[in-house]
Amino acid sequence: MANAFAQLRDSDIWWSFKRSPVTVISAIVALICIVTAVAAPFIAPHNPFDVATLNLLDAFKPPAWIDEGEADYLLGTDDQGRDLLSAILYGARISLFVGISATVFAALVGVSVGLLAGFLGGTVDALLMRIADIQLTFPSILVALLVDGIVRAAVPREVHDQIALFVVVVAIGISEWPKFARPVRGSTMVERNKEYVLAARVIGVSSFRIMTGHVLPNVLGPVLVIATLNLGLAILAEATLSFLGVGVPPTQPSLGTLIRVGNDFLFSGEWWITIFPGVSLVIMVLSVNLLGDWLRDALNPKLR
Amino acid sequence: MFAFIISRILQSVPVLLVVALISFAMFAYVGDPVSIMLGQDFTEAQRTALVADLGLDQPFFIQFAKFVGNAVQGEFGLSYRLSRPVAELIAERAPATLELACCAAGVALLVGVPMGVYTGLYPRSLLSRAFLTFSLIGVSLPTFLIGILLILVFAVWLGWLPSFGRGDTVMFGWWSTGFATMSGIKALILPAITLGLFQLTLIMRLVRSEMMEVLRADYIKFARARGLSNRAINFGHALKNTMVPVITVVGLQLGAIIAFAIVTETVFQWPGMGLLFIQSVGSADIPVMAAYLLLIACLFVTINLIVDLLYYAVDPRLRVSRGRGH
Amino acid sequence: MRQWIAVALLATLLGSQVASARTVRWAASGDPNTLDPHSQNVGTVAMVLQQIYDTLITRTETLGLAPGLALTWEQAEPNRWRLTLREGVRFHEGEAFTSDDVVFSLTRALAPTSNFGIYVDTIESVREAGPLAVDIITKTPDPILPNKLASVFMMSRSWSERNNAPRPQNTRTREEMFTVRNTNGTGAFRMTVREPDVRTVMARNDAWWGWREATSANANVTEIIFRPIGSDPTRVAALLSGEVDFVLDPPLQDLARLRAAPGIRVLEGPEVRTIFLAFDTFRDELLYSDVRGRNPFRDLRVRHALYHAIDIAAINRTTMRGQSVPTGTLFPPQVNGYVQAEDIRLPLDAARARTLLTEAGYPQGFGITLDCPNNRYINDEQICQAIVAMWARIGVRTQLNSMPLAPYFAKIQRDDTSAYMLGWGVPTLDALYSFQSLVATRNGAQGDGIWNYGRYSNPAMDALIQRMKVESGAARLATIAEALRVVRTDVPVIPLHHQMIPWAMRSNIAIPHMANNQPYFRWARVE
Repeated sequence: MANAFAQLRDSDIWWSFKRSPVTVISAIVALICIVTAVAAPFIAPHNPFDVATLNLLDAFKPPAWIDEGEADYLLGTDDQGRDLLSAILYGARISLFVGISATVFAALVGVSVGLLAGFLGGTVDALLMRIADIQLTFPSILVALLVDGIVRAAVPREVHDQIALFVVVVAIGISEWPKFARPVRGSTMVERNKEYVLAARVIGVSSFRIMTGHVLPNVLGPVLVIATLNLGLAILAEATLSFLGVGVPPTQPSLGTLIRVGNDFLFSGEWWITIFPGVSLVIMVLSVNLLGDWLRDALNPKLR
Repeated sequence: MFAFIISRILQSVPVLLVVALISFAMFAYVGDPVSIMLGQDFTEAQRTALVADLGLDQPFFIQFAKFVGNAVQGEFGLSYRLSRPVAELIAERAPATLELACCAAGVALLVGVPMGVYTGLYPRSLLSRAFLTFSLIGVSLPTFLIGILLILVFAVWLGWLPSFGRGDTVMFGWWSTGFATMSGIKALILPAITLGLFQLTLIMRLVRSEMMEVLRADYIKFARARGLSNRAINFGHALKNTMVPVITVVGLQLGAIIAFAIVTETVFQWPGMGLLFIQSVGSADIPVMAAYLLLIACLFVTINLIVDLLYYAVDPRLRVSRGRGH
Repeated sequence: MRQWIAVALLATLLGSQVASARTVRWAASGDPNTLDPHSQNVGTVAMVLQQIYDTLITRTETLGLAPGLALTWEQAEPNRWRLTLREGVRFHEGEAFTSDDVVFSLTRALAPTSNFGIYVDTIESVREAGPLAVDIITKTPDPILPNKLASVFMMSRSWSERNNAPRPQNTRTREEMFTVRNTNGTGAFRMTVREPDVRTVMARNDAWWGWREATSANANVTEIIFRPIGSDPTRVAALLSGEVDFVLDPPLQDLARLRAAPGIRVLEGPEVRTIFLAFDTFRDELLYSDVRGRNPFRDLRVRHALYHAIDIAAINRTTMRGQSVPTGTLFPPQVNGYVQAEDIRLPLDAARARTLLTEAGYPQGFGITLDCPNNRYINDEQICQAIVAMWARIGVRTQLNSMPLAPYFAKIQRDDTSAYMLGWGVPTLDALYSFQSLVATRNGAQGDGIWNYGRYSNPAMDALIQRMKVESGAARLATIAEALRVVRTDVPVIPLHHQMIPWAMRSNIAIPHMANNQPYFRWARVE
């Protein structure tokens, strides 16, 4: 790992990173997002999940810098008297958690399937890639709706509420794995026929060791790019599902849920309830997308 | 060629069956059509009779077999909510969604391609950077938020465009079109932009990167060496070569557009299939939901088939070996 | 080209104010799921049907009774009502309205596929007593029959039978029924276009008998275009941008903005609908609670504690934005039998609530799940969220389970709940409708306790309800008052408030606000 870091510092990538101020800024913003999200319980001024502390009398307070605002509620409060800043911090935490978990899940499934298909070839390859092909034509939001619907149908409601977060993760993850499987399979096929792999086989190294030890490092770059680009999509997918009312449970509001709830108040003058979570979501996704964009260009040897 | 088509079609059948099973199983347990149909007051006997009449007391697989048998004949039964044949309902809503989807795809193509070409040719110009920033914001904004903001600005503040519905439509046979009246066209603008924006940025970025890649290709360098004009190179060679992947992606994205129409139609109250689907989810209208999912599956499988055939026609290498990874 | 210009001009004209002077473009969140007059007993269906169909007895602006298709009605014998009908009334398609149509319509409403059973449940038979007179024979004396008849629409026998619709649309049949999309009433408007979920157009019926009545003297609406717009912000935007003229159900949070908007008027008024919370008081152990071996809700002290914890004033001011009437009783003042002295809430008193919980053996509180709809009543989910927070403060840890109305009603109708929210409207405007449905012991008899999902059972209450069914006059009112006292002291439900139903419209429309949430465009005037 340390070795990898050293490699990174000396590489062109680091150089191109330092050269792009936009990328540096977006990396810093992304880092802030992650840190505040992880540390939300410690830095949030209120705990939005502790309903006993909520008071309806505090509802609809505008941001602190507006006339009726209170310093205690920097970004104002929502319809239940919840501190919006705290709700956003906790919401970003859930959005990020869903986004990252879904992407990791998709990457794990996708890379495994890609390796398997590329290495084994033949019928297995044909079957797996056919599934990936077909699924890729289905928009991820529809696949996620389907998965969520099936789980809703299969488990009782009380159980569903407890596992809802994981259902959303799996639903979004499943809808995106083929994006990883395709390039991994491609690289694996190329590597498989190289002489060192054949040689490794001759001296009796197991197929599994070959795949993980030799093929995997070669495909990590593209996987990282796809993962970064998909993280933004995954976060948006979660927000859209929450907007349609089938995302994370309302007891654990994500940024998407906050926007959906606040949306009802957009025309009525209480704009902050939807605008602040919306802006937070856009900033988060934007910084991730910028990073992904840069990463793709930086890792693409043709564009260097 | 013929064998290839046949094998692809055969491969699609199990896919459709699985989707049918999923859509049926998914909704067989969600909501309770019986209590929705009975309304506020009923007796236990009425309830039992209704359950029996709907066949809801039969074993799962018998219900499913019936469902598939009927689906093959285009018979999805009666909507629980509207008491009308589902096929008729969907046929009524399809024009709205298809017109919206085509306009959105049109917006995406007509704006996205030129922007992509420009940013590909002049990656360092100020305008390119502006386009890129705009496109990044475009992909980072959720569709529903874009729709609401557009309504706020153009319908409520400026009062230029309608905020909902299709305006006045004209019937051509069974097809109702919004293109024939001014109000119909005006009503299309905001939803089409909302729906097309994400695809627009996608196409722009795709064209840009394809353009940049192609411009580095040997044959372009060769063409330059031959002294061809920039114009001839850029549009004669480079653009032509980027169009194949772009058209394929647009084809595949048509599916995504129709699916994301669910969100757009909800925001703009657009009377299409997506709104029908969401309204049906709200009232647990199983026949409509099942039919919608199956229809979408058929549509996607068809699109996928056409894209496969296109690839097959365009890329001779595929005639030897399968797979189409880059 | 000229055609195009003509089309464009026409479109501009249609869109402008001038040409639509007497057209009302009306929007609401829901679309009727059928137009069969006796198939669905819900407000969204009635709001369109009552423009088209008449009833024998109609409502006045204050929801009193007025002659409709029947000019007079009297209880000739305890078990027989005699009605005389209006002369010279014709259906939209030309058929003359006669006593035979009344026999047909009431019999149709009695059919098993009808959803209007609660309005005709006491009817034994209906007989013609001449071309313009009808006798209704009831199983038991039914003093409130006229109230119920005010909800039953009259159809033409010959039209219905000709079009194969002699009984109400049966949602079980695999065929589409003619009456689902076609109408033929005697009412003020006749339907000209019906596109489900998109638009329904109705044109003025010049031959309507009621245009001569004083209430319609100033009415001038010639066309109603109804469009369902489900999304709250979109519905408001459509009104603000002038695309619709009348919104039946503007979201509460937008009222201030609508009131401030030029050219828009908000009419406010109460609805005959009461929102309350109810509990499982039947099971020995709750389905959704961390209390084992006993049911806390069976303890009156616990119900009192939960009642004391609710800050109804805060809900009224913040969640409902003033658009509610906090109440301590089962139904609003418009309902026959209402007693002011019983409309008293237990005061907000968190300390008292905690004491009561401790006395009941829950010093540390307990955990429960509250089931709540999220698209049925005005701000239902927000109210539940607020109550969850209020209960948390007295130590009752509440898990909120909110869902759309379809799965919600499916769940509570299986008695699969420990605590739930319900809103109860009273179309008959008589107390019996509420008592019988909500707090009677569920014993299998038609109507008794069918919406009592906590299965509250109190023999004293049941006895009072039985008396209410047959008594009349002052004795009956005394019985109702007694039943209201039981509700107040025994707390089978925790009442929250009566809903207010603001209507928003362009200021050039004058229409009386109705507590049954029905816009009567036959009384409306557009300037």
